Amino acid sequence: MSSAPRTATERTKLPYCHESFHNLQELRHSASLANKVFIQRDYTDGTVCKFQTKFPSELDSRIERTLFEDTVKTLNNYYAEAEKIGGQSYLEGCLACLTVYLIFLCIETRYEKVLKKISRYIQEQNEKVYAPRGLLITDPIERGMRVIEISVYEDRGSSGSSSGSSTTSSSGR
Amino acid sequence: MLDGRRAPRRMKNREYQQIDPQALATPPPRPPPEHMPKRARRKWEVFPGKNRFCCDGRIIVARQSGVLPLTLALIVLTSGLFFIFDCPFLVEHLTGCIPAIGGVLFVFVIISLLQTSFTDPGILPRATPEEAADIEKQIDNPTGLSSSYRPPPRTKEVVINQQVVKLKYCFTCKIFRPPRTSHCSLCDNCVERFDHHCPWVGNCVGKRNYRFFYTFIVSLSFLTAFIFGCATTHLALRSQGGNGLVVALQASPASALELVVCFFSVWSIVGLSGFHTYLVAANLTTNEDIKGSWSGKSGNEDVGNPYSYNSIIKNCCSVLCGPMPPSLIDRRGFVPSDDSVQTRPVEIELPAAKNDINMEKDCLDFALSCAG
Repeated sequence: MSSAPRTATERTKLPYCHESFHNLQELRHSASLANKVFIQRDYTDGTVCKFQTKFPSELDSRIERTLFEDTVKTLNNYYAEAEKIGGQSYLEGCLACLTVYLIFLCIETRYEKVLKKISRYIQEQNEKVYAPRGLLITDPIERGMRVIEISVYEDRGSSGSSSGSSTTSSSGR
Repeated sequence: MLDGRRAPRRMKNREYQQIDPQALATPPPRPPPEHMPKRARRKWEVFPGKNRFCCDGRIIVARQSGVLPLTLALIVLTSGLFFIFDCPFLVEHLTGCIPAIGGVLFVFVIISLLQTSFTDPGILPRATPEEAADIEKQIDNPTGLSSSYRPPPRTKEVVINQQVVKLKYCFTCKIFRPPRTSHCSLCDNCVERFDHHCPWVGNCVGKRNYRFFYTFIVSLSFLTAFIFGCATTHLALRSQGGNGLVVALQASPASALELVVCFFSVWSIVGLSGFHTYLVAANLTTNEDIKGSWSGKSGNEDVGNPYSYNSIIKNCCSVLCGPMPPSLIDRRGFVPSDDSVQTRPVEIELPAAKNDINMEKDCLDFALSCAG
Protein backbone atom coordinates (compact mmCIF):
# COMPACT_ATOMS: atom_id res chain seq x y z
CA MET A 1 0.00 0.00 0.00
CA SER A 2 1.42 3.42 -0.95
CA SER A 3 2.02 5.98 1.78
CA ALA A 4 -0.67 8.59 2.34
CA PRO A 5 -0.14 11.98 0.68
CA ARG A 6 1.19 14.51 3.14
CA THR A 7 -0.16 17.78 1.81
CA ALA A 8 -3.65 18.80 0.82
CA THR A 9 -2.55 19.69 -2.71
CA GLU A 10 -1.07 16.24 -3.23
CA ARG A 11 -4.32 14.76 -2.04
CA THR A 12 -6.43 16.68 -4.52
CA LYS A 13 -4.34 15.36 -7.38
CA LEU A 14 -5.14 11.75 -6.54
CA PRO A 15 -7.90 10.17 -8.59
CA TYR A 16 -9.66 8.59 -5.61
CA CYS A 17 -10.04 11.96 -3.99
CA HIS A 18 -12.73 13.03 -6.39
CA GLU A 19 -14.35 9.62 -6.65
CA SER A 20 -14.54 8.49 -3.03
CA PHE A 21 -14.74 11.71 -1.09
CA HIS A 22 -16.64 13.94 -3.43
CA ASN A 23 -19.88 12.75 -1.94
CA LEU A 24 -20.37 13.44 1.78
CA GLN A 25 -22.26 10.17 2.20
CA GLU A 26 -19.37 8.23 0.76
CA LEU A 27 -17.03 9.99 3.15
CA ARG A 28 -18.95 8.54 6.05
CA HIS A 29 -19.19 5.04 4.57
CA SER A 30 -15.82 4.50 2.92
CA ALA A 31 -13.65 6.30 5.46
CA SER A 32 -13.19 5.66 9.15
CA LEU A 33 -13.03 8.29 11.83
CA ALA A 34 -9.49 8.86 12.98
CA ASN A 35 -9.69 11.87 15.24
CA LYS A 36 -11.79 14.85 16.25
CA VAL A 37 -10.36 18.32 16.53
CA PHE A 38 -12.18 20.90 18.65
CA ILE A 39 -12.01 24.63 18.03
CA GLN A 40 -12.84 26.34 21.31
CA ARG A 41 -14.64 29.59 21.94
CA ASP A 42 -12.83 32.90 22.12
CA TYR A 43 -14.14 34.90 25.09
CA THR A 44 -11.94 37.97 24.79
CA ASP A 45 -14.87 40.03 23.52
CA GLY A 46 -17.23 38.94 26.26
CA THR A 47 -20.05 36.46 26.00
CA VAL A 48 -20.69 36.94 22.28
CA CYS A 49 -20.33 33.79 20.21
CA LYS A 50 -16.87 33.80 18.64
CA PHE A 51 -14.45 30.98 17.89
CA GLN A 52 -10.66 30.96 18.05
CA THR A 53 -8.99 31.33 14.70
CA LYS A 54 -5.78 29.69 15.88
CA PHE A 55 -4.87 26.92 13.42
CA PRO A 56 -4.76 23.53 15.21
CA SER A 57 -1.61 21.48 14.62
CA GLU A 58 -3.57 18.28 13.91
CA LEU A 59 -4.90 19.79 10.68
CA ASP A 60 -1.47 20.88 9.50
CA SER A 61 -1.22 18.23 6.80
CA ARG A 62 -4.87 18.17 5.87
CA ILE A 63 -5.94 21.67 4.91
CA GLU A 64 -4.45 25.04 4.06
CA ARG A 65 -4.32 27.54 6.89
CA THR A 66 -6.04 30.28 4.89
CA LEU A 67 -9.04 28.12 4.01
CA PHE A 68 -9.53 27.15 7.62
CA GLU A 69 -9.20 30.71 8.88
CA ASP A 70 -11.63 31.95 6.26
CA THR A 71 -14.23 29.44 7.39
CA VAL A 72 -13.89 30.36 11.06
CA LYS A 73 -13.90 34.10 10.35
CA THR A 74 -17.02 33.80 8.22
CA LEU A 75 -18.75 31.83 10.97
CA ASN A 76 -17.72 34.47 13.51
CA ASN A 77 -19.17 37.17 11.30
CA TYR A 78 -22.45 35.30 10.99
CA TYR A 79 -22.72 34.94 14.76
CA ALA A 80 -21.87 38.61 15.26
CA GLU A 81 -24.65 39.49 12.83
CA ALA A 82 -27.11 37.29 14.75
CA GLU A 83 -26.22 38.84 18.09
CA LYS A 84 -25.92 42.41 16.90
CA ILE A 85 -27.73 44.94 19.05
CA GLY A 86 -29.08 47.62 16.78
CA GLY A 87 -32.23 49.11 15.34
CA GLN A 88 -33.79 45.87 14.16
CA SER A 89 -33.19 43.99 17.39
CA TYR A 90 -34.65 46.86 19.44
CA LEU A 91 -37.75 46.87 17.25
CA GLU A 92 -38.10 43.12 17.63
CA GLY A 93 -37.58 43.37 21.38
CA CYS A 94 -40.08 46.17 21.94
CA LEU A 95 -42.71 44.52 19.76
CA ALA A 96 -42.17 41.28 21.64
CA CYS A 97 -42.54 43.04 24.98
CA LEU A 98 -45.82 44.64 23.93
CA THR A 99 -47.26 41.28 22.92
CA VAL A 100 -45.98 39.66 26.15
CA TYR A 101 -43.44 37.73 24.05
CA LEU A 102 -46.18 35.67 22.43
CA ILE A 103 -44.77 36.83 19.13
CA PHE A 104 -41.85 34.45 19.62
CA LEU A 105 -44.28 31.58 19.16
CA CYS A 106 -45.43 32.89 15.80
CA ILE A 107 -42.51 34.40 13.91
CA GLU A 108 -38.97 33.27 13.33
CA THR A 109 -36.49 35.49 15.14
CA ARG A 110 -33.51 37.03 13.40
CA TYR A 111 -31.19 34.73 15.32
CA GLU A 112 -32.99 31.66 13.98
CA LYS A 113 -32.79 32.99 10.44
CA VAL A 114 -29.04 33.52 10.76
CA LEU A 115 -28.63 30.03 12.24
CA LYS A 116 -30.24 28.60 9.11
CA LYS A 117 -27.82 30.60 6.97
CA ILE A 118 -24.96 29.23 9.06
CA SER A 119 -26.01 25.63 8.63
CA ARG A 120 -26.33 26.14 4.85
CA TYR A 121 -22.86 27.69 4.80
CA ILE A 122 -21.37 24.79 6.77
CA GLN A 123 -23.04 22.27 4.46
CA GLU A 124 -21.60 24.09 1.46
CA GLN A 125 -18.12 24.28 3.00
CA ASN A 126 -18.23 20.59 3.83
CA GLU A 127 -19.13 19.68 0.27
CA LYS A 128 -16.67 21.95 -1.48
CA VAL A 129 -13.67 22.29 0.80
CA TYR A 130 -13.61 19.83 3.68
CA ALA A 131 -14.98 16.54 2.38
CA PRO A 132 -12.43 16.37 -0.50
CA ARG A 133 -9.76 16.63 2.21
CA GLY A 134 -11.30 13.95 4.38
CA LEU A 135 -12.64 16.38 6.99
CA LEU A 136 -16.14 17.17 8.24
CA ILE A 137 -17.34 20.17 10.22
CA THR A 138 -20.16 19.73 12.72
CA ASP A 139 -22.47 22.72 13.16
CA PRO A 140 -21.64 24.32 16.55
CA ILE A 141 -25.34 24.46 17.47
CA GLU A 142 -25.28 20.67 17.78
CA ARG A 143 -22.53 20.98 20.39
CA GLY A 144 -24.20 23.69 22.43
CA MET A 145 -22.27 26.49 20.64
CA ARG A 146 -19.22 25.52 22.68
CA VAL A 147 -16.93 24.14 19.98
CA ILE A 148 -16.55 23.68 16.26
CA GLU A 149 -15.99 19.95 15.95
CA ILE A 150 -13.93 18.88 12.94
CA SER A 151 -13.92 15.14 12.31
CA VAL A 152 -10.78 13.85 10.65
CA TYR A 153 -11.28 10.78 8.46
CA GLU A 154 -8.71 8.36 7.19
CA ASP A 155 -9.48 6.41 4.04
CA ARG A 156 -9.58 2.66 4.52
CA GLY A 157 -7.44 1.98 1.44
CA SER A 158 -7.77 2.24 -2.32
CA SER A 159 -9.16 -1.29 -2.67
CA GLY A 160 -12.50 -0.09 -1.45
CA SER A 161 -13.36 -3.15 0.67
CA SER A 162 -14.01 -2.30 4.28
CA SER A 163 -12.04 -4.32 6.77
CA GLY A 164 -14.66 -4.21 9.48
CA SER A 165 -12.29 -3.05 12.19
CA SER A 166 -12.21 0.55 13.15
CA THR A 167 -8.47 0.88 13.74
CA THR A 168 -7.01 3.45 11.42
CA SER A 169 -3.35 3.43 12.25
CA SER A 170 -2.53 0.67 9.82
CA SER A 171 -4.39 2.12 6.84
CA GLY A 172 -2.45 4.04 4.26
CA ARG A 173 0.80 4.28 6.20
CA MET B 1 -21.45 -36.50 58.46
CA LEU B 2 -21.60 -36.91 54.78
CA ASP B 3 -24.50 -39.07 53.62
CA GLY B 4 -23.05 -40.95 50.68
CA ARG B 5 -26.42 -42.14 49.43
CA ARG B 6 -28.08 -38.74 49.31
CA ALA B 7 -25.19 -36.54 48.18
CA PRO B 8 -24.71 -37.76 44.57
CA ARG B 9 -28.43 -37.35 43.78
CA ARG B 10 -28.37 -33.78 45.13
CA MET B 11 -25.19 -33.09 43.22
CA LYS B 12 -26.84 -34.36 40.04
CA ASN B 13 -29.90 -32.16 40.65
CA ARG B 14 -27.71 -29.20 41.43
CA GLU B 15 -25.62 -29.64 38.32
CA TYR B 16 -28.76 -29.89 36.22
CA GLN B 17 -30.09 -26.69 37.78
CA GLN B 18 -26.84 -24.86 37.24
CA ILE B 19 -26.63 -25.40 33.52
CA ASP B 20 -30.33 -25.24 32.79
CA PRO B 21 -30.99 -21.70 31.47
CA GLN B 22 -34.71 -22.11 32.15
CA ALA B 23 -34.03 -21.97 35.89
CA LEU B 24 -33.27 -18.30 35.46
CA ALA B 25 -36.12 -16.13 36.69
CA THR B 26 -35.32 -13.16 34.47
CA PRO B 27 -36.52 -13.13 30.86
CA PRO B 28 -33.80 -13.50 28.24
CA PRO B 29 -32.11 -10.17 27.57
CA ARG B 30 -32.00 -10.46 23.80
CA PRO B 31 -35.46 -9.20 22.76
CA PRO B 32 -35.39 -5.75 24.49
CA PRO B 33 -32.28 -4.46 22.68
CA GLU B 34 -33.75 -5.62 19.39
CA HIS B 35 -36.95 -3.70 20.05
CA MET B 36 -35.16 -0.50 21.12
CA PRO B 37 -33.69 0.66 17.80
CA LYS B 38 -37.15 0.49 16.23
CA ARG B 39 -38.53 3.28 18.43
CA ALA B 40 -36.58 6.49 17.91
CA ARG B 41 -36.35 8.43 21.15
CA ARG B 42 -36.38 12.18 21.48
CA LYS B 43 -33.51 13.92 23.21
CA TRP B 44 -35.63 15.09 26.13
CA GLU B 45 -36.17 11.46 27.14
CA VAL B 46 -32.43 10.98 27.65
CA PHE B 47 -31.71 14.42 29.11
CA PRO B 48 -29.18 14.03 31.95
CA GLY B 49 -30.30 17.00 34.08
CA LYS B 50 -33.03 16.93 36.70
CA ASN B 51 -35.65 18.74 34.62
CA ARG B 52 -39.03 17.35 33.74
CA PHE B 53 -40.69 17.68 30.35
CA CYS B 54 -44.29 17.91 29.20
CA CYS B 55 -46.09 17.85 25.87
CA ASP B 56 -43.44 15.64 24.23
CA GLY B 57 -40.61 18.01 25.13
CA ARG B 58 -42.27 21.31 24.29
CA ILE B 59 -42.46 22.43 27.92
CA ILE B 60 -39.54 22.25 30.38
CA VAL B 61 -39.80 22.64 34.16
CA ALA B 62 -37.40 22.09 37.05
CA ARG B 63 -37.67 18.83 38.96
CA GLN B 64 -39.31 20.45 41.93
CA SER B 65 -41.97 22.86 40.81
CA GLY B 66 -41.31 24.71 44.04
CA VAL B 67 -44.15 26.96 45.00
CA LEU B 68 -45.31 27.70 41.45
CA PRO B 69 -48.82 26.32 42.16
CA LEU B 70 -48.99 28.57 45.22
CA THR B 71 -47.86 31.60 43.20
CA LEU B 72 -50.48 30.91 40.55
CA ALA B 73 -53.18 30.29 43.13
CA LEU B 74 -52.44 33.52 44.99
CA ILE B 75 -52.47 35.60 41.84
CA VAL B 76 -55.60 34.02 40.37
CA LEU B 77 -57.47 34.09 43.68
CA THR B 78 -56.67 37.69 44.52
CA SER B 79 -57.39 38.88 40.98
CA GLY B 80 -60.57 36.83 40.89
CA LEU B 81 -61.82 38.39 44.10
CA PHE B 82 -60.96 41.81 42.70
CA PHE B 83 -62.91 41.26 39.48
CA ILE B 84 -65.93 39.75 41.23
CA PHE B 85 -66.33 42.02 44.25
CA ASP B 86 -64.50 45.29 43.63
CA CYS B 87 -65.00 45.92 39.96
CA PRO B 88 -68.82 46.14 39.86
CA PHE B 89 -68.85 48.71 42.64
CA LEU B 90 -65.99 50.74 41.17
CA VAL B 91 -67.39 50.67 37.64
CA GLU B 92 -70.64 52.02 39.01
CA HIS B 93 -69.04 54.74 41.11
CA LEU B 94 -65.88 55.60 39.21
CA THR B 95 -65.03 54.48 35.71
CA GLY B 96 -65.24 51.46 33.45
CA CYS B 97 -61.52 51.57 32.76
CA ILE B 98 -60.73 49.84 36.01
CA PRO B 99 -61.52 46.26 35.00
CA ALA B 100 -59.88 46.90 31.61
CA ILE B 101 -56.60 47.99 33.19
CA GLY B 102 -56.83 45.18 35.70
CA GLY B 103 -57.49 42.69 32.92
CA VAL B 104 -54.48 43.79 30.88
CA LEU B 105 -52.19 43.63 33.90
CA PHE B 106 -53.54 40.22 34.88
CA VAL B 107 -52.95 38.82 31.38
CA PHE B 108 -49.38 40.22 31.38
CA VAL B 109 -48.66 38.66 34.76
CA ILE B 110 -50.00 35.21 33.98
CA ILE B 111 -48.45 34.91 30.53
CA SER B 112 -45.03 36.13 31.62
CA LEU B 113 -45.12 33.84 34.66
CA LEU B 114 -45.89 30.80 32.53
CA GLN B 115 -43.20 31.77 30.04
CA THR B 116 -40.63 32.17 32.81
CA SER B 117 -41.52 28.77 34.24
CA PHE B 118 -41.71 26.80 31.04
CA THR B 119 -38.87 28.26 28.97
CA ASP B 120 -35.41 26.78 28.83
CA PRO B 121 -33.34 29.33 30.82
CA GLY B 122 -30.23 28.80 28.72
CA ILE B 123 -29.15 25.31 29.69
CA LEU B 124 -25.79 24.24 28.28
CA PRO B 125 -25.77 20.65 27.07
CA ARG B 126 -23.11 18.43 28.61
CA ALA B 127 -19.91 17.69 26.75
CA THR B 128 -19.76 14.70 24.43
CA PRO B 129 -17.22 12.05 25.50
CA GLU B 130 -14.76 13.13 22.79
CA GLU B 131 -14.97 16.75 23.87
CA ALA B 132 -14.40 15.85 27.50
CA ALA B 133 -11.39 13.72 26.55
CA ASP B 134 -9.97 16.57 24.48
CA ILE B 135 -10.27 18.97 27.43
CA GLU B 136 -8.67 16.41 29.76
CA LYS B 137 -5.69 16.16 27.42
CA GLN B 138 -5.21 19.91 27.48
CA ILE B 139 -5.23 20.15 31.26
CA ASP B 140 -2.01 19.26 33.07
CA ASN B 141 -2.44 16.68 35.76
CA PRO B 142 1.07 16.33 37.27
CA THR B 143 0.05 14.01 40.08
CA GLY B 144 -1.40 11.52 37.59
CA LEU B 145 -3.78 10.05 40.15
CA SER B 146 -6.67 7.76 39.26
CA SER B 147 -10.09 9.07 38.39
CA SER B 148 -11.52 8.26 41.81
CA TYR B 149 -9.58 11.15 43.33
CA ARG B 150 -10.92 14.53 42.31
CA PRO B 151 -8.05 16.73 41.12
CA PRO B 152 -7.78 20.33 42.35
CA PRO B 153 -10.30 22.75 40.82
CA ARG B 154 -9.39 23.54 37.24
CA THR B 155 -9.55 27.13 36.09
CA LYS B 156 -8.69 28.95 32.92
CA GLU B 157 -8.07 32.68 32.79
CA VAL B 158 -9.27 34.91 30.02
CA VAL B 159 -9.05 38.67 29.58
CA ILE B 160 -12.34 40.34 28.79
CA ASN B 161 -12.33 44.09 28.32
CA GLN B 162 -9.03 44.51 30.23
CA GLN B 163 -10.43 42.48 33.10
CA VAL B 164 -9.14 39.06 34.13
CA VAL B 165 -11.99 36.57 34.37
CA LYS B 166 -11.55 33.04 35.72
CA LEU B 167 -13.43 30.29 33.92
CA LYS B 168 -14.11 27.30 36.13
CA TYR B 169 -14.31 23.68 35.07
CA CYS B 170 -17.64 21.98 35.73
CA PHE B 171 -17.11 18.39 36.88
CA THR B 172 -20.70 17.40 36.16
CA CYS B 173 -21.00 18.81 32.68
CA LYS B 174 -17.29 18.28 31.87
CA ILE B 175 -16.83 21.69 30.29
CA PHE B 176 -15.13 24.94 31.12
CA ARG B 177 -18.02 27.19 31.95
CA PRO B 178 -18.34 30.22 29.67
CA PRO B 179 -18.26 33.60 31.44
CA ARG B 180 -21.35 34.34 33.55
CA THR B 181 -22.42 30.71 33.45
CA SER B 182 -23.13 28.86 36.67
CA HIS B 183 -24.17 25.35 37.59
CA CYS B 184 -27.55 25.07 39.30
CA SER B 185 -27.47 22.22 41.78
CA LEU B 186 -31.28 21.97 41.94
CA CYS B 187 -31.65 21.45 38.21
CA ASP B 188 -28.19 19.85 37.77
CA ASN B 189 -27.45 21.96 34.69
CA CYS B 190 -25.04 24.69 33.72
CA VAL B 191 -27.12 27.75 32.83
CA GLU B 192 -25.84 30.66 30.75
CA ARG B 193 -25.93 34.11 32.36
CA PHE B 194 -27.25 32.42 35.50
CA ASP B 195 -29.22 34.84 37.65
CA HIS B 196 -30.79 32.65 40.33
CA HIS B 197 -33.07 29.66 40.81
CA CYS B 198 -36.49 31.06 41.65
CA PRO B 199 -38.72 28.73 43.71
CA TRP B 200 -41.78 30.97 43.17
CA VAL B 201 -41.47 30.41 39.47
CA GLY B 202 -40.19 26.85 39.73
CA ASN B 203 -37.29 27.31 37.29
CA CYS B 204 -33.85 28.87 36.94
CA VAL B 205 -33.68 32.43 35.64
CA GLY B 206 -30.97 32.72 33.02
CA LYS B 207 -30.12 34.25 29.69
CA ARG B 208 -33.19 33.11 27.78
CA ASN B 209 -35.93 33.80 30.27
CA TYR B 210 -34.59 36.79 32.19
CA ARG B 211 -36.73 39.23 30.17
CA PHE B 212 -39.84 37.14 30.91
CA PHE B 213 -38.97 37.14 34.60
CA TYR B 214 -38.43 40.91 34.62
CA THR B 215 -41.73 41.50 32.81
CA PHE B 216 -43.41 39.22 35.35
CA ILE B 217 -42.16 41.02 38.46
CA VAL B 218 -42.73 44.50 37.04
CA SER B 219 -46.27 43.75 35.89
CA LEU B 220 -46.96 41.95 39.17
CA SER B 221 -45.84 45.04 41.11
CA PHE B 222 -48.24 47.15 39.08
CA LEU B 223 -51.05 44.61 39.50
CA THR B 224 -50.53 44.29 43.25
CA ALA B 225 -50.36 48.04 43.70
CA PHE B 226 -53.43 48.49 41.48
CA ILE B 227 -55.52 45.94 43.37
CA PHE B 228 -54.38 47.41 46.67
CA GLY B 229 -55.38 50.88 45.52
CA CYS B 230 -58.74 49.73 44.16
CA ALA B 231 -59.62 47.75 47.28
CA THR B 232 -58.75 50.73 49.47
CA THR B 233 -60.82 53.04 47.27
CA HIS B 234 -63.71 50.60 47.38
CA LEU B 235 -63.71 50.39 51.15
CA ALA B 236 -63.23 54.13 51.47
CA LEU B 237 -66.18 54.86 49.20
CA ARG B 238 -68.38 52.37 51.03
CA SER B 239 -67.56 53.79 54.45
CA GLN B 240 -68.07 57.38 53.26
CA GLY B 241 -71.85 57.23 53.34
CA GLY B 242 -71.83 57.53 57.12
CA ASN B 243 -71.73 53.76 57.56
CA GLY B 244 -68.24 53.45 58.96
CA LEU B 245 -65.41 51.10 58.11
CA VAL B 246 -66.80 48.08 59.96
CA VAL B 247 -70.00 48.08 57.93
CA ALA B 248 -68.01 48.47 54.75
CA LEU B 249 -65.86 45.47 55.69
CA GLN B 250 -68.93 43.41 56.43
CA ALA B 251 -70.42 44.33 53.08
CA SER B 252 -67.27 43.38 51.18
CA PRO B 253 -65.06 40.96 53.13
CA ALA B 254 -63.24 39.99 49.94
CA SER B 255 -61.72 43.44 49.76
CA ALA B 256 -60.27 42.96 53.21
CA LEU B 257 -58.63 39.71 52.12
CA GLU B 258 -57.22 41.41 49.02
CA LEU B 259 -55.86 44.21 51.15
CA VAL B 260 -54.02 41.82 53.42
CA VAL B 261 -52.50 39.79 50.59
CA CYS B 262 -51.50 42.85 48.59
CA PHE B 263 -50.13 44.72 51.57
CA PHE B 264 -47.67 41.96 52.39
CA SER B 265 -46.70 41.20 48.82
CA VAL B 266 -46.39 44.72 47.45
CA TRP B 267 -43.33 45.53 49.58
CA SER B 268 -41.37 42.46 48.59
CA ILE B 269 -42.38 42.52 44.92
CA VAL B 270 -41.81 46.22 44.41
CA GLY B 271 -38.51 45.87 46.23
CA LEU B 272 -37.52 42.97 43.99
CA SER B 273 -38.50 44.92 40.86
CA GLY B 274 -36.40 47.83 42.00
CA PHE B 275 -33.44 45.56 42.67
CA HIS B 276 -33.70 43.91 39.25
CA THR B 277 -34.08 47.30 37.55
CA TYR B 278 -30.75 48.23 39.11
CA LEU B 279 -29.23 44.94 37.90
CA VAL B 280 -30.52 45.49 34.37
CA ALA B 281 -29.19 49.05 34.29
CA ALA B 282 -25.77 47.85 35.46
CA ASN B 283 -25.82 44.67 33.33
CA LEU B 284 -25.26 42.46 36.38
CA THR B 285 -26.76 39.18 37.49
CA THR B 286 -28.03 38.40 40.99
CA ASN B 287 -25.31 35.77 41.24
CA GLU B 288 -22.55 38.31 40.50
CA ASP B 289 -24.07 40.90 42.79
CA ILE B 290 -24.30 38.52 45.73
CA LYS B 291 -20.77 37.23 45.24
CA GLY B 292 -19.46 40.76 44.75
CA SER B 293 -17.55 39.71 41.65
CA TRP B 294 -17.22 43.24 40.28
CA SER B 295 -17.70 45.47 43.27
CA GLY B 296 -14.22 45.12 44.69
CA LYS B 297 -15.29 43.31 47.85
CA SER B 298 -12.45 40.85 47.42
CA GLY B 299 -10.03 43.69 48.02
CA ASN B 300 -9.02 44.32 44.44
CA GLU B 301 -9.77 47.94 43.64
CA ASP B 302 -9.32 47.65 39.90
CA VAL B 303 -12.39 45.56 39.20
CA GLY B 304 -15.32 46.77 37.20
CA ASN B 305 -18.02 44.92 35.31
CA PRO B 306 -16.46 43.97 31.95
CA TYR B 307 -19.83 43.21 30.40
CA SER B 308 -21.37 46.62 31.03
CA TYR B 309 -21.64 49.10 28.16
CA ASN B 310 -21.23 51.96 30.67
CA SER B 311 -24.52 53.45 29.54
CA ILE B 312 -27.77 52.72 31.35
CA ILE B 313 -29.88 52.85 28.21
CA LYS B 314 -27.56 50.54 26.28
CA ASN B 315 -27.43 48.09 29.18
CA CYS B 316 -31.21 48.01 29.46
CA CYS B 317 -31.63 47.56 25.73
CA SER B 318 -29.07 44.78 25.50
CA VAL B 319 -30.56 42.82 28.40
CA LEU B 320 -34.26 43.30 27.65
CA CYS B 321 -34.43 44.03 23.95
CA GLY B 322 -31.47 42.03 22.70
CA PRO B 323 -31.87 39.16 20.25
CA MET B 324 -33.47 36.03 21.64
CA PRO B 325 -30.87 33.24 21.67
CA PRO B 326 -31.98 29.75 20.66
CA SER B 327 -32.36 26.81 23.00
CA LEU B 328 -29.19 24.72 22.92
CA ILE B 329 -30.59 21.47 24.22
CA ASP B 330 -32.80 20.59 21.23
CA ARG B 331 -35.40 18.81 23.32
CA ARG B 332 -37.51 17.50 20.47
CA GLY B 333 -34.67 16.27 18.30
CA PHE B 334 -34.17 12.54 17.90
CA VAL B 335 -31.40 10.64 19.63
CA PRO B 336 -28.93 9.26 17.06
CA SER B 337 -29.25 5.47 16.65
CA ASP B 338 -25.70 4.83 17.98
CA ASP B 339 -26.89 5.37 21.56
CA SER B 340 -29.28 2.40 21.60
CA VAL B 341 -26.44 -0.05 20.90
CA GLN B 342 -24.50 0.95 24.01
CA THR B 343 -27.01 -0.57 26.41
CA ARG B 344 -26.54 -4.10 25.06
CA PRO B 345 -23.38 -5.14 26.94
CA VAL B 346 -24.91 -4.12 30.27
CA GLU B 347 -27.90 -6.43 29.88
CA ILE B 348 -25.85 -9.49 28.99
CA GLU B 349 -24.02 -9.39 32.32
CA LEU B 350 -27.18 -10.07 34.31
CA PRO B 351 -27.54 -13.83 33.64
CA ALA B 352 -23.97 -14.43 34.81
CA ALA B 353 -24.74 -12.73 38.10
CA LYS B 354 -27.92 -14.76 38.50
CA ASN B 355 -25.97 -17.95 37.83
CA ASP B 356 -23.58 -17.09 40.66
CA ILE B 357 -26.42 -16.45 43.06
CA ASN B 358 -28.05 -19.81 42.25
CA MET B 359 -24.76 -21.58 42.68
CA GLU B 360 -24.15 -19.94 46.02
CA LYS B 361 -27.61 -20.89 47.19
CA ASP B 362 -27.14 -24.46 46.07
CA CYS B 363 -23.79 -24.72 47.79
CA LEU B 364 -25.37 -23.45 50.96
CA ASP B 365 -28.17 -26.02 50.69
CA PHE B 366 -25.62 -28.73 50.12
CA ALA B 367 -23.56 -27.61 53.11
CA LEU B 368 -26.66 -27.58 55.29
CA SER B 369 -27.72 -31.01 54.11
CA CYS B 370 -24.26 -32.34 54.88
CA ALA B 371 -24.36 -30.86 58.35
CA GLY B 372 -27.85 -32.20 58.98
